[in-house]
Amino acid sequence: MAAITMRGITKRYPDGTEAVSNVDLDIADGEFVILVGPSGCGKSTLLRMIVGLEDISEGEMRIGDELVNDRAPKDRDLAMVFQNYALYPHLSVRENMAFPLRLAKVPDAEITQRVEEAAAVLELTENLDRKPANLSGGQRQRVAMGRAIVRDPKAFLFDEPLSNLDANLRVQMRTEIARIQKKYGTTTVYVTHDQTEAMTLADRVAVLRKGVVQQVDSPRNLYNSPVNLFVAGFIGSPSMNLVPGRLTGTSLALPFGTMELPSDVASRLGTEQAGERQVIVGIRPEHFEDSALVSDGDRSSGLVFPIRIDNIEWLGSELFAYLPYKGGEAIGQQLGKLAGDLDMEQSSGDESSIVARLDPTSQVQEGKEAEIWLDARRIHLFDPETGEALARPPRADQAGGAQPGAVRLD
Amino acid sequence: MTAATIGAEQLGARTEPSQGKTTKGASRQSGSGAIWKIGTAVIVLYALFPVLWIASLSLKPAADVGDGKLIPANPTLENYQDIFTSGEFVRPLINSIGISLITTLIAVVVAAFAAYAIARLDFPGKTLLLSGALAIAMFPPVSIIGPLFNIWRATGLYDTWPGLILPYMTFALPLAIWTLAAFFREIPWDLEQAAQVDGATPYQAFRKVILPLALPGVFASAIIVFIFCWNDFLFAISLTSTEAARTVPAATAFFTASSNFINPTGQIAAAAIVVTVPIIIMVLIFQRRIVAGLTAGAVKG
Repeated sequence: MAAITMRGITKRYPDGTEAVSNVDLDIADGEFVILVGPSGCGKSTLLRMIVGLEDISEGEMRIGDELVNDRAPKDRDLAMVFQNYALYPHLSVRENMAFPLRLAKVPDAEITQRVEEAAAVLELTENLDRKPANLSGGQRQRVAMGRAIVRDPKAFLFDEPLSNLDANLRVQMRTEIARIQKKYGTTTVYVTHDQTEAMTLADRVAVLRKGVVQQVDSPRNLYNSPVNLFVAGFIGSPSMNLVPGRLTGTSLALPFGTMELPSDVASRLGTEQAGERQVIVGIRPEHFEDSALVSDGDRSSGLVFPIRIDNIEWLGSELFAYLPYKGGEAIGQQLGKLAGDLDMEQSSGDESSIVARLDPTSQVQEGKEAEIWLDARRIHLFDPETGEALARPPRADQAGGAQPGAVRLD
Repeated sequence: MTAATIGAEQLGARTEPSQGKTTKGASRQSGSGAIWKIGTAVIVLYALFPVLWIASLSLKPAADVGDGKLIPANPTLENYQDIFTSGEFVRPLINSIGISLITTLIAVVVAAFAAYAIARLDFPGKTLLLSGALAIAMFPPVSIIGPLFNIWRATGLYDTWPGLILPYMTFALPLAIWTLAAFFREIPWDLEQAAQVDGATPYQAFRKVILPLALPGVFASAIIVFIFCWNDFLFAISLTSTEAARTVPAATAFFTASSNFINPTGQIAAAAIVVTVPIIIMVLIFQRRIVAGLTAGAVKG
C-alpha cells in the first residue's frame, strides 16, 4: 500500500493535443479516489499513466516515495482491473488468479493458499477450475478482481469495471467493490463516467473535463458546493436546474419571480461581486417543493411562485414535476457549451423547463397551475462568463484536499 | 492433387453451418437448402474424382493401367510393394518429411516473432517490410531458379537439405508472417497489458499469454508452410541431383518400371497416394486445434 502523488501530470500527443493537462493530485495511503467525467475527458488516460501503460509527457508520478515515471508497468506493483476484464481465456480461474504470483515466483503452496483465500472472499471457490468462457459477467468481474487482490499490490486501479454489467449486477458489484476495498484497505483509483458509482464508492472524487481537474472533493462537498457550472451540472441526477437570474443589490430576479438573497449568501457575495449583474442560478430538483406541504417557517425563507405543471413522473418514493418557463435563452449560449460537454439534451426554442422533485403525496396535477416553493438557502450562483461559482456555500469539512478549480468555462 | 483434397474438406466443413441454418428456417428457404446440397456435391465430386482415379490406378497391375475402368478388374498392392522395396521412393520420402518439417519449424518460429512485431509495434519501414514480404511470396520462382542453381553449385548447397530448406523458407515465411499477423491482430491488446501489469516482461507476456492464444494461427500457418514444402516440384527437381536431397515429387519423375518399355504409371500413382496420406493426417490432427472461439470469454462484447 502506498500513496500516489501526481505533480503537473500532462499527456500530450504528437499532434499537440493534450489528453490530460497539468494534473496535481494527492491520493493518500488507503484512500478510495474516483476519477469521473464525461467520455473523452482523459480519466482513463490518467489511470493508464499511473499504471504505466501510457507514457507521461510531463510531470512527476510518485508511488510511495518513488518516482515511477520511467518504470515499466511490471515494476510499479499495481493491480489493474480492465473494463473488459482481460482474463486469460486459455487459463482456468485458478491459473488466472495465480498468474501474477507465478510471475513473481511465489512458492506453489503459498500460491494455492492465497488464491483460495481470495476465491473465498469473492465467492469463486466452486468456479476455480472453470475457464473464463464458462463464467457469467459478474463472475468474470470477480475473477478480474481476484487477480488484483491475490498480489497485495500497492494500489488497485479500476478502469470502468462495472460498465459491462447489467443494472442489477452493477449495484451488487458496486457494494462488493466497496466491501473488498474496506477489507484490504488498499489505495484505490477508480475510473468511471457514472456519477452514482462515484458518489457511492469514493472517499474523494476528482471531476475531470477535457483533461483538466475541475474539483477534487468528498462526494458531499461536490454536491453541495460545486466550484463551477460543469461540476454542478455533472454531479447529481436529475441534474441541477440552471436558470438565468439578475442580481440587483441583494435581490435576485428569476424568470418566475423575484426574491431576496438569504443573508449568508449575500454576505459571502461581498461587495465587489454585488451590484447589478447577470448570473446563472443553479437549483437542485429537490430544493423545490409543493408549497402546500411546506411549513410556514420554511416558506418565509424561500420563494413561492405559481407555475403551470407540464408533466409529472410519479415513482412512488418521489415525484418529478416538469415546469416550463420563459426567458431561458438569456443563458443559452453558456449552457449550450456545457450541454455539449455533458452529452445532455438541450431544450430548444424559447421555452425551457425545470425539473422539481416534490413530495410524492403532493396533489399537483398535470396541465394545471400550482404553487411551488423554492428553498432560497440552497441556491447556487454562477458567473455567466466564466462559469465559476459565486458565493460558494461553505464546505462541510475545510480540511479536505480540495483544489481551487482555476478553470474558465470557455 | 493434395491441395484439391484439402480444399474439398474445408468446403465440406464450411457448408455445415449454412445447412444447419436452412433446416432451422426450412419453411422459408427450403429451395436454397437443396441448391446448397447439390452445389456441394458437384464441387466435392469435381475435386475428389481425380484422387479416386489415381487411387484406382495405384491398385491396377501394369497391364491394366490403360483399360479406362474406374474399378480395377484385378486389384493388387503390387505397386505399393514395388515403391517401398525398390529404394527409389523410401529415401526421397525421408528427405521430404525431414526437409518439410525442419522448414515448417524454423519458418513458424521466425514468423511468429516477426508477425508479433508487425501486429503490435509501429516501427519505421513496417509497411515496406510487409509489402516486401508479399512481393517475395508473389515472385515467380522459375525466374530465379537459374541463378540459384549456379550459386548453389558454387557454394556447395546443391543437392543438400539446407539447399532446399533455404529457398523454401524464403517463400514460406511471407505466407506465415501474413497469416500469423492476422491472428495476432485479433487478440485483444488488453490481455497483453494485463499481463504486463501483472508483472510480466514483454517476452513473458508473449510466451504465456499471446502465443497460447495464437496457437490456432500457428497451426494454420504451419500447415500452409508444410504443404508448400511438401508439394514443391520446381526447386526439388532443379536443386537436387541424387537421393541425398531429392524429395518425393521430384523422385517420382525418375521412377523406373520393371521393363524399359513400360511407363511406371502404377508406381507413380501409388507414390502419389502415399504422399497424400501425411497431408490428410496433418489436417485431421490440426483441425481440432484450429477451433474458432478459443479467445471467447477473454473479454466481453
